[in-house]
Amino acid sequence: MRFLMALCLLLLAAAPAGAADGGRPVRVVAPWEITGVDPARAGYIFGRMGVAETLVTVDTAGHLVPALAQRWSQSDDRLTWRFALRPEARFHDGTAVTAGAVAAALERSRAAGVLGRAPLESIAADGDDVVIRTRTPFAPLPAFLANHTAMVLAPAAYDAEGRVNAVIGTGPFRVSSLTPPLRLEVERFDGWWGPAPAVARASYLAVPQGETRALMAESGEADLAFGLLPVTVDRLRRNPRVAVHAVPVPRTRLLKVNAGAPFFDDVRERRALSLAIDRAGIAAAILRSPGSAAGQLMSPGQAAWHVADLTPLRHDPEEAKRLLAEAGWRPGADGILEQDGRPFRVQVRTYSNWPELPAIATVLQAQFRAVGIDLTVSVANSSDIPAGHRDGSLHLGLVARNFSLVPDPLGTLMEDYGPEGGDWGAMNWSSPELTDILATLGAGVDDAEAAALRRRAMTILQDALPVIPVAWFDLMVAANERLGPVTVDPFEISYGLATLKPVR
Amino acid sequence: MAGILRPLAGRAVQALTVALLVGLVSFALMHALPGDPAMRIAASRYGPDLMTAEAAERVRAELGLDRPMPVQLAEWVGRLATFDLGRSLVTGAPVAEELEIQLGASLWLAGAALALSMALGLPAGLLAGMRAGRLPDHLALAAAVLLRALPVFVTGLVLIIVFAVWLGWLPAAGFGGWRDLLLPGLTLAFGLAALSSRVTRDATAAVLAAPYVAFARTKGLPERLVVLRHGVRNAAIPVVAVLGLQLVYLVEGMVVVESLFAYPGIGHALVHAIIARDVPMVQGTALAMGLTFVLVNAVVDLLCAALDPRQVAR
Repeated sequence: MRFLMALCLLLLAAAPAGAADGGRPVRVVAPWEITGVDPARAGYIFGRMGVAETLVTVDTAGHLVPALAQRWSQSDDRLTWRFALRPEARFHDGTAVTAGAVAAALERSRAAGVLGRAPLESIAADGDDVVIRTRTPFAPLPAFLANHTAMVLAPAAYDAEGRVNAVIGTGPFRVSSLTPPLRLEVERFDGWWGPAPAVARASYLAVPQGETRALMAESGEADLAFGLLPVTVDRLRRNPRVAVHAVPVPRTRLLKVNAGAPFFDDVRERRALSLAIDRAGIAAAILRSPGSAAGQLMSPGQAAWHVADLTPLRHDPEEAKRLLAEAGWRPGADGILEQDGRPFRVQVRTYSNWPELPAIATVLQAQFRAVGIDLTVSVANSSDIPAGHRDGSLHLGLVARNFSLVPDPLGTLMEDYGPEGGDWGAMNWSSPELTDILATLGAGVDDAEAAALRRRAMTILQDALPVIPVAWFDLMVAANERLGPVTVDPFEISYGLATLKPVR
Repeated sequence: MAGILRPLAGRAVQALTVALLVGLVSFALMHALPGDPAMRIAASRYGPDLMTAEAAERVRAELGLDRPMPVQLAEWVGRLATFDLGRSLVTGAPVAEELEIQLGASLWLAGAALALSMALGLPAGLLAGMRAGRLPDHLALAAAVLLRALPVFVTGLVLIIVFAVWLGWLPAAGFGGWRDLLLPGLTLAFGLAALSSRVTRDATAAVLAAPYVAFARTKGLPERLVVLRHGVRNAAIPVVAVLGLQLVYLVEGMVVVESLFAYPGIGHALVHAIIARDVPMVQGTALAMGLTFVLVNAVVDLLCAALDPRQVAR
């Protein structure tokens, strides 16, 4: 009987929906599965779909802009932040967004979110304001609040044990149906504080296979397809119904180097490694995006951190061999370099969450072999990188590091290049000068001084190479022309559904 | 009646044994795998961007992963006795809830695949068997070899390109309606039909060469009645047995098909749970699969017994 009922429901679900109100739903496909309703897990999906909001967000140029908080201020001693909420804001269950509810949501997010990494003293409600106190001056706090883990959910979203059991947010769209791990459907929320969106309904489908996503974009079944494989992009570009956007995002593919290993403890060895890499070849052949060869850690898109006149990292295998010889490495009988009888045999660990990483690793294997380094590639789980960092077993890790997790790259840099290094950054390498610079920037200084400090920080990283940048990142997005003009958010905070004006 | 009940009682005991063994073996295997479970769970929960060793330590403390293994296993057995499968370590949702969606979706997909494969494979096999050694037989063999040899991934992509991109008749991916079932169902059905058509062909050819068919013909029955009365039922016995066995192929194919067509299902869920070291989810999905096998075997037994009462008498 239940089967018959299920059959009826399935047939009903197959009927065309959304024709009456605001046209056809906007259909988004992306590789990321909805791994749970807790903001710390798949919160970014609910953020991007416009379901839940943070107090602060960033515009596409990277400037902090008000979201659920209409304005904020910092006290003179720089320890107290005051966020004024929008009085007209409502949760999707109709309840008002009170300072108490926001403070409680933020307090909960400290357990697993980025706020847990900020030096917070307290989060409290004061009238209509949320007041956050820090133990030390912490300039990037508003940027930390823009992260999806600091999303504000209604008190009713939590069960008695404090677990999130529904995403009751404040955004322009509310959840109309959710089938984890694959599908989320949303509809316009009329109580939103901002201008009413033109899109009435939208859906998100997690499609793990890149080939399928591309074919869905091609057939018009997906209006917005994210995470396209470079090999499928050429074909999509020839399709007149689809516009392909390649948007540089603040993410860099880099080699994390164990600077404590005898292979990499000398800066000349790390420089040789960098010189052995043909970045232009990787960018053109694997990534199909010649501009993404990384001459330094930060891409030009991160204008505040990119140092235009820094000498770019280059490809020069002969110079690499010379530096390795200087560092005491001599070719052995089989052509592999040796130092004190130890052959230069190392392993690079990578993971396939980003499908191009294993391909890049095998190219590095060939390029390192050309200078006498025997590299084995281990494609494993992403957690093997932090695990190898902790137990010291990692030689090299090829990772795609996100510098906009907290939209200000400072957050990631503090985590990755502190005195103890970082799970995804430096390993057995630190620079007291860099630590000082990051701490000073964290406490907050005036703009001119900050610019000089950022420049110095990037120069230190470029000279010492605790990590070796390989390629910057273009987010490849296919948009159906029926959507009209589409703006892709390089910070991957929003899909921009609220501002879309579909032409059909 | 007792003749049919006895094997069913046997299957019930089998189901219980399967449940316990599956739980034990999956628990043991998950702990035998290299790598730190807390790290894996944290990576699946938070993704590579937010995953840190501290996050893994929090996961370890929250889930009590450093408790002795027998304690953790006893906990699972205790819960199972009250029909509680626990909560997924990754999503935090009850395993039973996730299974309801995923097993349900998988059953629909398996049903669609089986129905389509029978619609394709049985007539093809019957035709080939009745024309054994002639052109239809050769064509059916060539098609079966080709379809069985193609990886599911390739068949699926070709079907998407033809039916979703070129013709625009069917959705390339997704779930929820019968149209979403057709392409993944067909992808699996091709592989299934390739095998079942060969078994049908051999069974049909063998039955049609049997003395009782020769007798039926000699006594003057029209060919249609010879095939329908004497041929089909006898030929059906091995075919039904093979359909049961094909469940193995289905589960294997589903892992690929579910991810290719973005279709929720138990194969996909199991693979992800293993990667994430999500032990309750692995135990739950393996349990559901094991019990499905037992159920299908019981149904096949019953069908075979109905087709051939001699088996029960024996």
